[in-house]
Amino acid sequence: MSIATSTPLKTANDALGIGHLVGRALIVLALLALIAAPLAVYPVFLIKILCFALFAAAFNLLVGYVGLLSFGHAAFFGGAAYITAHTVKEWGFTPELGILAGVAFAATLGLVMGFLAIRRQGIYFAMVTLALSQMVYFVFLQAPFTHSEDGIQSVPQGLLFGIIDLSKPLPLYYTVLGAFLLGMVLIWRVVNSPFGNILAAIRENEPRAISLGYEVNRYKLAAFVISAALAGLAGAVKAIAFQLASLVDVTWQMSGEVILMTLLGGIGTLLGPVVGAALVTAMEHYFAATSIPAPVLIGGCFVACVMLFRRGIVGEIRHRLKARSSR
Amino acid sequence: MQKKLKALAFVAGLLGSVAAFAPAQAQSPAPAAGKVSGDVVKIGLLMDMSGNYSEVAGQGSVTAARMAVEDFGGKVLGKPVEVVYADMQNKVDLAASKAREWFDTDGVDAIMDINLSSAGLAVSEIAKQKNKIVVINISGSPRFTNEACNANTIHYVYDTYALAKSTANAVLKQGGKKWFFVTVDYAFGHDFEKDASTFVKAGGGTVVGSVRVPLNALDYSSFLLQAQGSGADVVAFATAGADTANSIKQAAEFGMGPASGQKLVGLLVYDNEINSLGLKAAQGMLLTSAFYWDMNDETRAFSKRYFEKMKLMPNMSQAGVYSSTMHYLKAIEAAGTDDTAAVMAKMKEMPINDFFVKNGRIREDGRMIRDLYLFQVKSPEESKYPWDYYKQLATIPGDEAFTPLSESRCPLVAKK
Repeated sequence: MSIATSTPLKTANDALGIGHLVGRALIVLALLALIAAPLAVYPVFLIKILCFALFAAAFNLLVGYVGLLSFGHAAFFGGAAYITAHTVKEWGFTPELGILAGVAFAATLGLVMGFLAIRRQGIYFAMVTLALSQMVYFVFLQAPFTHSEDGIQSVPQGLLFGIIDLSKPLPLYYTVLGAFLLGMVLIWRVVNSPFGNILAAIRENEPRAISLGYEVNRYKLAAFVISAALAGLAGAVKAIAFQLASLVDVTWQMSGEVILMTLLGGIGTLLGPVVGAALVTAMEHYFAATSIPAPVLIGGCFVACVMLFRRGIVGEIRHRLKARSSR
Repeated sequence: MQKKLKALAFVAGLLGSVAAFAPAQAQSPAPAAGKVSGDVVKIGLLMDMSGNYSEVAGQGSVTAARMAVEDFGGKVLGKPVEVVYADMQNKVDLAASKAREWFDTDGVDAIMDINLSSAGLAVSEIAKQKNKIVVINISGSPRFTNEACNANTIHYVYDTYALAKSTANAVLKQGGKKWFFVTVDYAFGHDFEKDASTFVKAGGGTVVGSVRVPLNALDYSSFLLQAQGSGADVVAFATAGADTANSIKQAAEFGMGPASGQKLVGLLVYDNEINSLGLKAAQGMLLTSAFYWDMNDETRAFSKRYFEKMKLMPNMSQAGVYSSTMHYLKAIEAAGTDDTAAVMAKMKEMPINDFFVKNGRIREDGRMIRDLYLFQVKSPEESKYPWDYYKQLATIPGDEAFTPLSESRCPLVAKK
């Protein structure tokens, strides 16, 4: 037990390549910045960034720490959004119950999809997840409760735990921030645990992990379900925050976008997906009102990232810092 | 542990101070009557500027809105009028967050158009919460003025129900009695087919069959062969966008169309699609539209000015954006304020008369009532000059085209 609790801090600081104190100070600073952010930036926009950041972080758990490239994460993100929106609007669930229902749905869907997909590796795994998520998309396109391309609108935001009024921007922001931090801490805990170490072992050398006696498929499936559930949490929170669920969130383009965010920020780093999501969302948002087409710009950034710094933004910074400290 | 507690207390304190600070920021002064809020009237457009719909909506709609503001004189009640737009990239959440930001912090008074009905419905709901005005031009969902109707939303150009109803009735009058539907397989297509078949049957016609095609299909041959072999005199396409263009093009390749004795009917077709299909493929097709640039001197005058700027002729929703922007500005002037309730009351009270619509009126459910027209696409020989695409076959009076108020599912109407 003592080993389990002492390793996370050590690895986290090693990962950042900086000393103990500096690391802690940075984390506190980041938290303060997140708490104070709505004073400077429009809260609804921040909420959107947080939702996508959590989604990307959940995706990164699978691709960065287990080495499984899923091309179907939109199914969990958008699926949970639909379930939350429907349960809250039509069945009168409270927001927390609605979010829970969305997460439960995503986890169950993750279990089924993961069970089928983890038997394959590499490009085959990606294609199986893509195919399964397209089936989920088709279900949501056809199912009457989703209203097809009209989507589900005016989802009541209600009172979280009966006291917090989510229809006001600031309480909503701090609720979303809470969900985001919860997700991030969970991911951090998973990665820096014996379970996470086994996942890393599988990523680095799967046959060796098998030869050491690990039931590799069970570990992969567990990671897949956790990742799906967290992606679902992001989608469910977004459904409450924006009061809508639409087909856009279950399309394969959304699965592609989360890959883009993660690659841009840095695969296999804790903060990379967050930075990537913030960057992509900000570009979409701020270039929308200019004559520069945002999709072209985002595509350009992606090309630049792949050509110039393949580790992604955070990955590259970490690499440089490491190189400097080892000198 | 103590350190952690201290940090927690600090964070909690900060949270508290932020929360205390918040209400001051959230409150904005209510506009006094007779004034213009923020000393500027801001009109927003949420458009796809870079994707699939950028030609039918996009820059063209923004241009139309700017032309309306220019023609109005650039000022209303002595205050400047500004048009802003955002590329919503066909993302519903982006449209929703932009609309919120516009209403909350940028002082936008009205949004004139949003493409995608899901985004439109979301923004309509936000406008209701923030008490601002939304006018829908390009989206066609009947939900805007039925289940989802509210006192802040106007549906200006067309809806799919009206298109289905007027196309069915007008084509029946032209002698097309036996119908076959090629329907895109999701709610939009299903509703379209259901509405149209109801009116076909009510008008004495029969539906001999229908086939469901998947969304964004590329190969329509098996579906078109069924249509061809069905013995129907009318093959109706309950599709939209690229699906319409692809299926019509392939139908022409199969020799379907006027020469074969089968009439092709598009339930939702934009001029832009005819332009990209070419008359050779589209000739003889019947369609219903609210506007065609070459109808009379007034429409030609506007469209030629528009063409100068865009190098394309305006379609019905772009012309609609001009008309609705103009109507909105006139209503502000008549009301003497840009206060939402007063302007909405004036918009619903004043009749609309311009090149786009004659004697148009906005009903209490937000539906603008206007005439629709049945057009036939000309053959390449009949077409005399660029964009000479349609000949008008019939006019469908507005009261016959749109859902009657008695059948409206809008709560605003049901209350009475």
